[in-house]
Amino acid sequence: MTNTASAVDNGVNVEALLDAREVLTDAPDAARFVWRAESEWKGGTHAESRVEKFFGLGEEQRHVREFSYDTDHPEIFASEDKGSTPVEFVLVGLAGCLTAGIAAVASNRGIQLNSVAAMIEADMNIQGILGIDADVRNGFNSITVNYQIDADASEEDIAALVAQSQKRSAVFDIIANPTNVNVWVNL
Amino acid sequence: MGQSVTRSAGAIDVVVIGAGHAGLAVSYLLGKRGVDHVVLERGEIANSWRYERRDSLRLLTPNWQTRLPGRAYDGDDPDGFMTVPELIRFIDDYAAANGAPVRTDTTVTSIRRENGRYRVTSNRDCWTARAVVLATGAFNLASVPPVARDLPAGVRQLTPFDYRSPECVPRGGVLVVGASASGLQLAEELLQAGRQVTLAAGEHVRMPRRYRGRDIFYWLSRTGIHDERYDEIDDVQRGRRLPAPQLIGSHRLPILDLNHVSGLGARIAGRLMSVQGGRLLFSGSLRNVCSLADLKMQRLLKKIDGTADAEGAPAAGQYEPTRVDETPTLTMDVQRDDIQSVIWATGYRPDYRWLDVPVLDRKGRLRHDGGIVDSPGLYALGLPFMRRRKSSFIFGIEDDARDIADHLVGYLHSSSRGKANGIYTDDPTARSYRRSA
Ligand SMILES: Cc1cc2nc3c(=O)[nH]c(=O)nc-3n(C[C@H](O)[C@H](O)[C@H](O)COP(=O)(O)OP(=O)(O)OC[C@H]3O[C@@H](n4cnc5c(N)ncnc54)[C@H](O)[C@@H]3O)c2cc1C
Repeated sequence: MTNTASAVDNGVNVEALLDAREVLTDAPDAARFVWRAESEWKGGTHAESRVEKFFGLGEEQRHVREFSYDTDHPEIFASEDKGSTPVEFVLVGLAGCLTAGIAAVASNRGIQLNSVAAMIEADMNIQGILGIDADVRNGFNSITVNYQIDADASEEDIAALVAQSQKRSAVFDIIANPTNVNVWVNL
Repeated sequence: MGQSVTRSAGAIDVVVIGAGHAGLAVSYLLGKRGVDHVVLERGEIANSWRYERRDSLRLLTPNWQTRLPGRAYDGDDPDGFMTVPELIRFIDDYAAANGAPVRTDTTVTSIRRENGRYRVTSNRDCWTARAVVLATGAFNLASVPPVARDLPAGVRQLTPFDYRSPECVPRGGVLVVGASASGLQLAEELLQAGRQVTLAAGEHVRMPRRYRGRDIFYWLSRTGIHDERYDEIDDVQRGRRLPAPQLIGSHRLPILDLNHVSGLGARIAGRLMSVQGGRLLFSGSLRNVCSLADLKMQRLLKKIDGTADAEGAPAAGQYEPTRVDETPTLTMDVQRDDIQSVIWATGYRPDYRWLDVPVLDRKGRLRHDGGIVDSPGLYALGLPFMRRRKSSFIFGIEDDARDIADHLVGYLHSSSRGKANGIYTDDPTARSYRRSA
């Protein structure tokens, strides 16, 4: 594929991404990243989580500033609704990841994007988390994402963008494939 | 059979390792160039085809395309697909006609670089060669993913090398992992033998057997796709990793794909990701890998249309998108779902355990530039997308073997000049030649 990125402007620095790919091919250690979040209980089902530092390219890094997020549950759960539910955060993560991927792939393929909007829906049977039925899983039964994309490209090319973005998406992988989760208590 | 070599081992210009089609092709071209060489083969000529292929296999390349340097198919079924015995005969005849200097039953156990030469040790003899061609095959071992270790002991695990026919597979349900040529062909054969088959599908390459009145291999060559060069495409590593297309050497089906095997009763799951206790966990990405394959097939067919229109080929057939269940299986239980065996159709890799020259990268792949290995005088042949997209196919060996033979002759020439001066140097001209080859 020829890189016609210079012809389009999606606000993605394709050169930097391609350079990173080149450099990290022979530097597997630098490619090791560690992502972190800190979380604190605020009372009820409300928690506040903060994100700032992470590790990558062989050293400690930080975001331009600290970001903080509230999670809680809606009033119908007898909660105070001080933030979105944690499961909605998962959807936010998936949307953010796929959309960023679409922009990066489009830029690399020389496709100008005019607008990209996604509607994400996930269905869940809360008999699982309430412990009513052991055969019902806690998490989502399925997730459906609907994209509305306006771009200077054919329908097929747009479909290919969305497919490639899923193929390269970290959050898609995290959700679609099993991950070992270790939760420890430090006493 | 090749000419039996009676000369005694010792110093020689070139040792070719492996008497498959690749080793025999380069031997023929070296002979034409008057280069003194020997071909060492651990078994017999065409050994991989004799001992490592299942009974029902037919080539997926059509007969008219089955050719080697100096020899073309001349049978009466150009559109057919050879059986394995037919191909063995073709390769045997080729070796005999060329008087290829093959030493059979000679297993190379080590190659070392010593004083600018290669010391090639086998179970029978020892050679000192100025150059060596590794034509030992790219598909010697089955690539089995690490999750295999987590399967319960009662489940029988097989690779395509263990599989000759459905009778090799224990009664009960079978999980075939991998949906490329091998996986789909095995799944189909097992379904036809009445087995309960689940197929775990990761990324795959879908294409019809025939398109617009011609075999797909005709179009892949005609459009120039087969001739795409390793140093001209965008991402050769991706090209090298690409699995074999979902094809079978037969005209009885318009297309061998997931729809075909699910129509025969296979259950299609996503890629097998992990095994926990007796539970198999599959990826939730099945829909996307199927979309990717459908989109790529449409892109390929569109590209072919340009050429086909110009040739006045008949109109295109339609291929329905891959059918994916509303909720594909995410987990199976070995006991409850009666999985008695797992077949790893997850690809192949070369075996370099006997190679003592430090030319492997951290993933165990040979470091080479279009078959010119990262050690002077060492060459490879037959690797996927080695110099061209067609490199690992029988019909693709000719152009690669010619390039390699030419480079090798240049190398012998320049290194003997270095030696005549009393100093052995890895002549820099050998390197600049590399770029122009
Ligand atoms: C299942 C399958 C189906 C295929 N179908 C087709 C097809 O339809 N059409 C097509 O064009 N291609 C096909 N290929 C690809 C390719 O043509 C074959 O893999 C072919 O065998 C490759 O030829 P080769 O000469 O490179 O290697 P091989 O045929 O594997 O020959 C290598 C030789 O080296 C010998 N050897 C290995 N190690 C040593 C050692 N240490 N010392 C001495 N000798 C050694 C082996 O015994 C063997 O004889 C297929 C491959 C596979 C695996």
